[in-house]
Amino acid sequence: MIPAAQIIPLFVAIPLGGAFLVALIGRKIPRLPDLMVSTASLFLLVLAIYSVKLANAHGTIVYAVGNWTPPVGIAMVLDGLAAFMLVTVSLIGLFVALFSIGYMERFTAKWQFATLFLLMLAGMTGVIVAGDIFNLFVCLEIAAVASYALVAFGTERHALEAAFKYAVMGSLGSLFILLGIAWMYGYTSTLNMADMAGVLRNTGASRMTLMTAVLFLAGFGLKAALVPFHAWLPDAHPSAPAPISAMLSGVLIKSLGVYALCRIFYNVLGMTPALSAVLMFLGALSMGIGVVLAIGQWDMKRLLAYSSISQIGYIVMGIGIGTPLGMLGGIFHLFNHSVFKSLLFLDAGAVEYATGTRDLKKIGGLARKMPVTSGTALAAAMSVGGVPPFSGFWSKLIIIFAAVEAGHYGYAFWAVLAGVLTLAYAMKVIKYAFLGNPRARCQNIKEVPVCMQLSMGILALICILGGSLLLPGVREVFLEPASTVLAEGTWMAGRVLNGGR
Amino acid sequence: MSLIVKTVTRLTVGLILLYGVYIVSQGHLSSGGGFAGGVMIALSFVHMMLAFGKETAFKKLSEAKALFFESLGVLIFLGIALLGLVGGVFFLNFLPPGEAFRLFSGGTIPFSNIAISLNVGAGLFTVFLAIVLLNNDSERK
Amino acid sequence: MMAVYVLCLALFCVGVYAILAKRNVIKIIVGIIIAENAVNLFFILTAYRVGGRSPILSPGQEIMRVVDPLPHALVLTSIVIGLATTALLVAFAIRLYEKYGTFDIEKIRELKG
Repeated sequence: MIPAAQIIPLFVAIPLGGAFLVALIGRKIPRLPDLMVSTASLFLLVLAIYSVKLANAHGTIVYAVGNWTPPVGIAMVLDGLAAFMLVTVSLIGLFVALFSIGYMERFTAKWQFATLFLLMLAGMTGVIVAGDIFNLFVCLEIAAVASYALVAFGTERHALEAAFKYAVMGSLGSLFILLGIAWMYGYTSTLNMADMAGVLRNTGASRMTLMTAVLFLAGFGLKAALVPFHAWLPDAHPSAPAPISAMLSGVLIKSLGVYALCRIFYNVLGMTPALSAVLMFLGALSMGIGVVLAIGQWDMKRLLAYSSISQIGYIVMGIGIGTPLGMLGGIFHLFNHSVFKSLLFLDAGAVEYATGTRDLKKIGGLARKMPVTSGTALAAAMSVGGVPPFSGFWSKLIIIFAAVEAGHYGYAFWAVLAGVLTLAYAMKVIKYAFLGNPRARCQNIKEVPVCMQLSMGILALICILGGSLLLPGVREVFLEPASTVLAEGTWMAGRVLNGGR
Repeated sequence: MSLIVKTVTRLTVGLILLYGVYIVSQGHLSSGGGFAGGVMIALSFVHMMLAFGKETAFKKLSEAKALFFESLGVLIFLGIALLGLVGGVFFLNFLPPGEAFRLFSGGTIPFSNIAISLNVGAGLFTVFLAIVLLNNDSERK
Repeated sequence: MMAVYVLCLALFCVGVYAILAKRNVIKIIVGIIIAENAVNLFFILTAYRVGGRSPILSPGQEIMRVVDPLPHALVLTSIVIGLATTALLVAFAIRLYEKYGTFDIEKIRELKG
């Protein structure tokens, strides 16, 4: 094992230690929760960028916890896809942490927020670096339970109702996942994902793998808010406080849902044409339903929540196409969506902080009083609508090209149609919230504090410059290793079991 | 609660706590370990709260102290895992294994058990305390 | 042997029925507990080996066939996760009763659209 691989367990240890340190001494020292959350996320971002360099230099790195060799021992795996997801999660985590320093002043007991936030971050990074399937499940549960508590943080009526619905549906999804894991363990008698892939490749597909594929699709689809399982998202994301909505919509549904789905379906079970068709169909269904329901909304955050459902449909459809170009498009859209969706939710939070309401019919003309907020919201809306040269345009273009190249002309046309409607609701948000004349209650508002402006500004900058991730030099470093891991499928297992490349 | 319940509780709650500590300490030799022992330790405090009322249990283990023990347990566990990094690998079992079937054997496993029992015991007691406090707040309104 | 697995899955279906079809918040929580117990039981059942004994060694005992010890450790973890989720759901239920005054999920339906 190379010496630099020692940083892999730190991805889980740092947020976990920080969370309980805040719980221990955070109540007495006034500024400690803010400081701890910011430094932990900053540290994670630095380590994640270093891990991209490591994954490029050494290929797949396998870390044997406790010096027990896998498959007997627990393994943590860092490959291109894991490094990519780590950068996404820690980037959004850092900016949301900065934003929450200003926003959470309104709530009492800020140390509880810091503890739960760091626990959620620890769970998400644990899911990403997990090398065996039960570790993935435990870290998924840690992040999920922390997020149930965070949605209900304000303990108002709507927040509690939304959190209860989210908790019940999330528990049901976790039960399906656990049942699938139990079934797979009984069938292959191993928990290590690479070993499982090897065993399944030797025994071939059977009714058992079909049943577990359905169970995993239901469980992880519920965490990712794919369409038959999306009913919790439009209630949970608006009712949470704004930084938590940004984290939930920006990274949680992707790390716990889409990433775990990709890992299990590509690297363990093996992708078949039937599975690919199902993923594409569910993706297109999410796209359509999300977009149609988003246009009719007048609550700003509820509109953004339905928009999340439709963009997750884009990502899943891109990944489900199965060709390398489709996977590249899906993964790039995952990164872009994290950035612009969390920026949109942070803007909605800033609007609510300044005016006290989220209803689009009651606010208007905020562009004059809140220039930073409206500028960044405009950048994010252009990105989600797919206007060149913002980042969202490039990723949607790649997905549509991949669909045409693979021969699915109907899906490509559907994606273009959904893109046009997406631009429509993005423009609706901008028009009603920021342009026009200020209404009565918006006369005496001010811009939000500096730390909130800073995080929104940097995220908007990433939105504008995000297309540069497709340039030939940068693409090989960041995006292509991730899609190569998916394209190799179950052959990744051979790499992991031989101790990395 | 009636006199019979109070007398029996006074006699048995110390034994329940002791049995929980026994289960924790024998975790690496027989079944048990941190989780099961921690639950029993927490249940001894809950038993006292059920029989005597909230105030007596508060005097024995207040909310702040329970939170302190909970965080301390996790931090000790994480510390043991990170100390393994000194020996080379995360979570390495770096203490000598000792002879089989003795109490002081198994490397770092007994210490991990103790840390987990602190965490689970204090955590479960805090959960019960929180629900009781919530109920009292809502009844007062 | 097959009958035990089928009964376990039937218990899981009972729990899922309670989650989907009951109107009282507490009954939904009980449904989650039942379903989760069923999944844990299923996991332990996959560990059984015919003629095996419990995987604990004592001094001066011969090692013959043991049941698989790995699912026992996993189910211990899963039980604790279930406990945490149940505690959180019960706290939500108490707070919901404070705010809405009822345990009926048909009446706790203010978020629409």
